[in-house]
Amino acid sequence: MLGPVLLVALLAVPAVGAALVALLPARHDRAGGAVATGFAAVALLVSVLLWWGRDPGSAHADTAALTAGQPPAAAWHRVDVAWAPDLHLRFTLSLDGLSYPLVLLTTVLTLLCCLHAWRRPPGDRSAVLAALLLVIEVGVLGVFLAGDLIVFFLFFEVVLLPMYAVIAGWGGPDRRRAARLFALYSLFGSVLLLVGVLVVVNAAGSADLATLTGGGALPRSVQLAAFTLFAVAFAVKAPLWPLHSWLPAAHTQAPTVGSVLLAGVMLKTGTYGLIRVGLGVTPEGLRAAAPYLGVLAVAAIIVGSLVCLAQTELKSLIAYSSVGHMGFVILGIATATPTGLNAAVLGNIAHGVVTGLLFFLAGAIKERTRTGELTSLGGLREPAPRLAGLLGFAAVASLGLPGLAGFWGEALAVVAAAQLGGPLWLTLAVLAAVGGALAAAYFLRMLRKVSHGDPGPAVSDMDGRAARVEWTTWAPLAALTLTLGLAPALVTEPARDVVAELTAEEAR
Amino acid sequence: MTVDHLALLPLYWAAGTAVLALLVDLLAGRRAVTVAVTASGAALTGAAALWVGAGPDRASLCFDGCSYLATPYAGLMATLFALLTVGALGLAAPMLRDGPPPGEFCFLLACSMTGGVALGYAGDLVSLIVAVETLTLPLYVLVGLRGRRTADRAAAEGAVTFFVVSVAATAVALLGAALTYAATGSLRLSASSAAVSTILFPDATAPLAAVGATLLLAGLAFKVAAVPLHAWAPATYDAAPLPVAAYLSTASKLGGVVALVALWRTLPAERTGWTLAVLAAVTMTVGNLGALRQTRMVRLLAWSSVAQVGYLLAPLAALATAAGRADAVAAQARAAAIAYTIFFLVIEFGAFAAVTALRGPGRDGGDIAGYTGVARTRRALGAALALALVGLAGLPPGLAGLFGKATVIRALLDGGLAWLALLLALNVVIGLAYYLRLVTTLYLPPPAPADAPAATAPVVAWSVSAAIVVATATAVAVGFAPQLVFDLAALT
Repeated sequence: MLGPVLLVALLAVPAVGAALVALLPARHDRAGGAVATGFAAVALLVSVLLWWGRDPGSAHADTAALTAGQPPAAAWHRVDVAWAPDLHLRFTLSLDGLSYPLVLLTTVLTLLCCLHAWRRPPGDRSAVLAALLLVIEVGVLGVFLAGDLIVFFLFFEVVLLPMYAVIAGWGGPDRRRAARLFALYSLFGSVLLLVGVLVVVNAAGSADLATLTGGGALPRSVQLAAFTLFAVAFAVKAPLWPLHSWLPAAHTQAPTVGSVLLAGVMLKTGTYGLIRVGLGVTPEGLRAAAPYLGVLAVAAIIVGSLVCLAQTELKSLIAYSSVGHMGFVILGIATATPTGLNAAVLGNIAHGVVTGLLFFLAGAIKERTRTGELTSLGGLREPAPRLAGLLGFAAVASLGLPGLAGFWGEALAVVAAAQLGGPLWLTLAVLAAVGGALAAAYFLRMLRKVSHGDPGPAVSDMDGRAARVEWTTWAPLAALTLTLGLAPALVTEPARDVVAELTAEEAR
Repeated sequence: MTVDHLALLPLYWAAGTAVLALLVDLLAGRRAVTVAVTASGAALTGAAALWVGAGPDRASLCFDGCSYLATPYAGLMATLFALLTVGALGLAAPMLRDGPPPGEFCFLLACSMTGGVALGYAGDLVSLIVAVETLTLPLYVLVGLRGRRTADRAAAEGAVTFFVVSVAATAVALLGAALTYAATGSLRLSASSAAVSTILFPDATAPLAAVGATLLLAGLAFKVAAVPLHAWAPATYDAAPLPVAAYLSTASKLGGVVALVALWRTLPAERTGWTLAVLAAVTMTVGNLGALRQTRMVRLLAWSSVAQVGYLLAPLAALATAAGRADAVAAQARAAAIAYTIFFLVIEFGAFAAVTALRGPGRDGGDIAGYTGVARTRRALGAALALALVGLAGLPPGLAGLFGKATVIRALLDGGLAWLALLLALNVVIGLAYYLRLVTTLYLPPPAPADAPAATAPVVAWSVSAAIVVATATAVAVGFAPQLVFDLAALT
């Protein structure tokens, strides 16, 4: 019976925290950061508690009185309350093995970001920044928990303005343009999502994701139309080449915590949506579009890697590498096989952890040297050996070294594409593998430039020691990188039921 | 002729309020008393409308058909007009201290409200047009009533622009009504324009009827400031005193919507549908593109409200397709238009109320640059304005605007107008560009204290604060409980 309460609490805790912090007078800036961190910690605790009581049967018992249809067997917890019947809108939250790892990732990263914003504020008004981070957490968690298509869309939109404010308020010199680009691109995606959602809701007469999953209620033409809209919407968010051009600007200009949340969890709402809504609600549409999606994903991998080879700035290199990594995730989804979905699930989490760590480290380096230019960062390992070492570790994890988190997602995506067979998918698999090799090339190039060589003026003057709070934010991510690399089943095992359900519908 | 006086109660109250305002001003001669009496009269009008609307359907002024139909829907509309009047009075109260003469101002506003109240109840074309004119006529004067002593050139220009365009539009609408009468021999509107598909025209393709319908729609499009008769709105809103601009952009628009909704099922359906589809498409696009370039606050709001009219006209265009002419779908389209109107009124009024409070009594909206950083120095007011703007853009936390757009897009998809739904969606993206620019300006660091007139930050009168609180609270409440609005919008 506790499950639904915890589900609602998971959204309510950060929301209340954000409201409290926002209402604090401006002079209590540091206190605001502390309060926000406290609420983020409680949210993490709640998300951990949700692990217990995941016995699938309990979801039936919890909400038998509330829900009309049968909840999917795989749902761990479920809340279902009528909201606006005229729109077929019910406030439905549902947690299952597919969303749980992403929920945990979100609560962990938000806590680390709030901690960072509290202890190492990027200028004034850090309490407001922390409040915005909590609002972003609400939105992202809502997307992962949504059990109703319209609720999914609502939370998809919630994220937009706070992230805009984070970039526009605390970003780099070109922040206004980057923030505007982000907001307009995102809204373009989400209005198409709204139209797609309403197409589905109108045709099916229901917005309940559990009912809609499998696409049985929808005629093929509706599925094709809706999936086209969904695909564009999620491709903007993920982002998928060629709709990615907002991402480098936003990542580069955003403050450290903004970049971490943007790359770590927000991009995942796009790929998660592609799985949950794209594959779940409109499987026939996804199957019809799979070759195009696969080609675009591989193009993203190759283009992302090539652009990375030419980057001269640390943060924009990491940003472009995200385009490539999300390409692997989307390639996995496009195959719509269990292997491919496992690759996508793993790739999502691994990218969140590793890129989050990379952005924290890049932020720390830029904060100390006041530059992100690779050429002026040479010789970093002399004044800051541990920082350079950790950067090397994260880069190696990101390029997909076996035994670290990044490996499994990319390898499995290639395997999944190869398993599908046929000239197209084999070519895509080979090209994706080449793209993976290019990732090694650009990360090693970055490490060579940054760590080695003679220290320039910017580097030799820096303070190489890291504050305790920085170690506190880096250590969990580094540990997770190692853990996920050694035991990927931690993520794939909970998601197994859902993956089986989604791909079984696909095979039918 | 049979007259049911009980049904006429809201109209009696409204007209009585106007007369009372004049008398009280003459006898008491005190601003506070006049405003209080007018506001109470308007509130009682709303209460009467609610009471009559909650009862059984009534009809009055019947002579070979009834000119006055008291339905729940009409009651709702009359209540909305009354509430907007009370709100405008609340915003205007501090301005009347040292501006336009209170008695005249209250009298004119109450007259305009009387037109609005009558509009919802109109049962035939003549009552409808007379009501629209009663609603509009006092506004010519109200727009020009900026100062007591100084002749304000801009205000006078705005009033004349408004007057000239309005008269032309009225002439067009009247010609349309005349042609319609010539073609059909009847001026009656169907009792319930959603459920009963009363096609009055013996032959819907008759050219006379077609021209008549188009002219009628064009004339009424002026009232909602739809393209091509939109250009008066930015100039007039900007010239008018802010409370009057608030009333113009809400109550006057509502008047146009009520008139269009009353007509749209009685005119030849396909032609009406296509006219409205083109009108909506062009209006939303032109409005948004126009708003992109504005540097003055009220002009930007005016252009944005043009775009909003495009959104709210869109569902009515469902009549263009055969699917949309099905009774259930058409009823849904009508409900969507009304629901969007209600969401829009609440948010738009909130935006104007916040601007009024930020600027102080008797001032115009000013340049957008003058709002730099106000949300940091005056947090509550800035947040109210930002929330309203975000609501107009249709993004969380402005959930009311979001649900408004969702219901409109849904009606369009059901009506088989997917292209219009997509166009609307893209327009929302264009809209965000300027709303976002404005909201960002509010939260920028304020200019250095040396050149910021910090000392002149006006004290906000309690009536203005109350209007803002009520509007914002309503917007938030209907955002979380949109079903309330959907239920109201489904009334016939």
